[in-house]
Amino acid sequence: MIVSVASGKGGTGKTTVSASLTTIWGRPIVAVDLDVEEPNLHLFLHPAMEGNETAYIKIPVVDESKCTYCGACSDLCQFKAISVVNQLVMTFPEMCHGCGGCMAICPEKAISEGRRELGEISWGSAGSAGFLMGRLRVGEAMSPPLMRQVKARLNAMAAGGSRDVIIDAPPGVSCPAVNAVIDSDVIILVTEPTPFGLYDFQLAWEAFCPLGKPMGAVVNRAGVGNDQIYHFCQDKGLPILAQIPFDRAIAEAYARGRIITEVSSDIERIFIDLKEGIRHLAERRSSKEAAHA
Amino acid sequence: MREVVIISGKGGTGKTSLTGAFAHLAAKKVICDLDVDAPDLHLLLRPAHQREEEFWSGYEAKIDPELCERCGTCAAMCRFGAIHENDSGFRVDPLRCEGCKVCVAFCPADAIEFPQKHCGNWYVSSTRMGPMVHAQLFPGEENSGRLVMVLKQQARELAESRDLDLVLCDGAPGIGCPVISSLSGTDLAVAVTEPTPSGRHDLERVADLCRHFKVGFAVIINKCDLNPEESKRIEAFCRDKDYPVLASLPHDRIVTEAMVQTLVVTELPESEFSRELGRAWEQIEALLGR
Repeated sequence: MIVSVASGKGGTGKTTVSASLTTIWGRPIVAVDLDVEEPNLHLFLHPAMEGNETAYIKIPVVDESKCTYCGACSDLCQFKAISVVNQLVMTFPEMCHGCGGCMAICPEKAISEGRRELGEISWGSAGSAGFLMGRLRVGEAMSPPLMRQVKARLNAMAAGGSRDVIIDAPPGVSCPAVNAVIDSDVIILVTEPTPFGLYDFQLAWEAFCPLGKPMGAVVNRAGVGNDQIYHFCQDKGLPILAQIPFDRAIAEAYARGRIITEVSSDIERIFIDLKEGIRHLAERRSSKEAAHA
Repeated sequence: MREVVIISGKGGTGKTSLTGAFAHLAAKKVICDLDVDAPDLHLLLRPAHQREEEFWSGYEAKIDPELCERCGTCAAMCRFGAIHENDSGFRVDPLRCEGCKVCVAFCPADAIEFPQKHCGNWYVSSTRMGPMVHAQLFPGEENSGRLVMVLKQQARELAESRDLDLVLCDGAPGIGCPVISSLSGTDLAVAVTEPTPSGRHDLERVADLCRHFKVGFAVIINKCDLNPEESKRIEAFCRDKDYPVLASLPHDRIVTEAMVQTLVVTELPESEFSRELGRAWEQIEALLGR
């Protein structure tokens, strides 16, 4: 089972929820940080790192001795990453999405593969849990290509489904967030009961609904703000799987890099119930699928 | 004209609440929400739309099943895993399609269309704090960086035409595409952080990003009392790198109270929080040379 923890609004508690779930999961698990722009999960799980590799994207390198300046490459490129003007060909590596179109279409076979660094992928273990993260190179604009490579390694680590997976997703509802949750079995949306929390939660719900995956909500800082989030969840039939109370002791524990299930047995109980709720959601889905088959 | 962007690295540190307050404190400005993915500033400023424009950007491949000969060239060449075959033929998954046109160019049957995408809308609005330029990218869409560039251009033109000398921008979390776009041509980035391991970690990355793009950088520590030792570490980091710390704000429920009332913090009765914010804004003005 792959569980994504996403949010819409940033700072609602995705990493807190991911870290807490990882520690109480009770079955073989891999925790993955796909918020490659600002990965934080390692700050709470303190994994022992076992390996890392640099991730690259393939970009064009033009052999000018073969180039006839026909312009087929720049006509095809949708990202303004290669340009032919008169007797000059220029590449703009930072614009390249790595589609390989220019290399395939060049009639002179004048374009070969170079590479641009995307960032780093590293892995290890946190207690009995496997751990995997991507870290985008500062200055690199595109996170989805790095996320795809992290997920490729995840497939090996999850050992054909014998280990569950918890994905700590990036905030927002645009392409990086959708990329993070697209392969999961269950999506958990973490929000807070404030106007900002509600608005971004609605956007996230709209963005993820077309994926057709079971979703559940976690309301963090319950007690601040207002109760509109509960009305929204009720309207949409979205189950609230957990509520984490607004409590300074929790905020301070988080601020010290602690996993909040350590604060009290009540908090730990909330996450154990959340875990059960997630499993129920996933089972409901697989029994539905079995019924369709 | 000067331009300042409020960013954070980590989400949820208080960017938008503080930008709203600065919009209240600043004179002669255009307000601009560059978090086009999950924008929230409009929830405080309640803009009245005066102009609405569609944002079209990028393309999406669509296979015509009538013309498709099921050769599989498209799926073999797609580097994004966006094309799969099912019982009814090959199909493009719009959520994975990068819009690169490779499948269109190499389809021997010319069976793939390539329509442009309507990715969102943008607005020029009036608010009680002044004119505002903002947008909403449709959920799940891409090209947020390009939309950010459109908004910045509009905000600058609006400021010029109305004889205003400041563009005040609310930015997005992270260090990727929309944040990089929001830094282009900006005089100053103000990062709002919090004294948590995540807050400090993400602040350091966003500081590196601003250094990389040679944008001026200053810091506000929000919720500073949550972990005073971590606040000190952030201050030491800033001292070491020569980044001014403009304010240290306590963790105060009035921020959420203001939000619930759709007001900004400085519109509530005066508090230590709002006084500290006022001092921060004066320093921002000084850094901008206003």
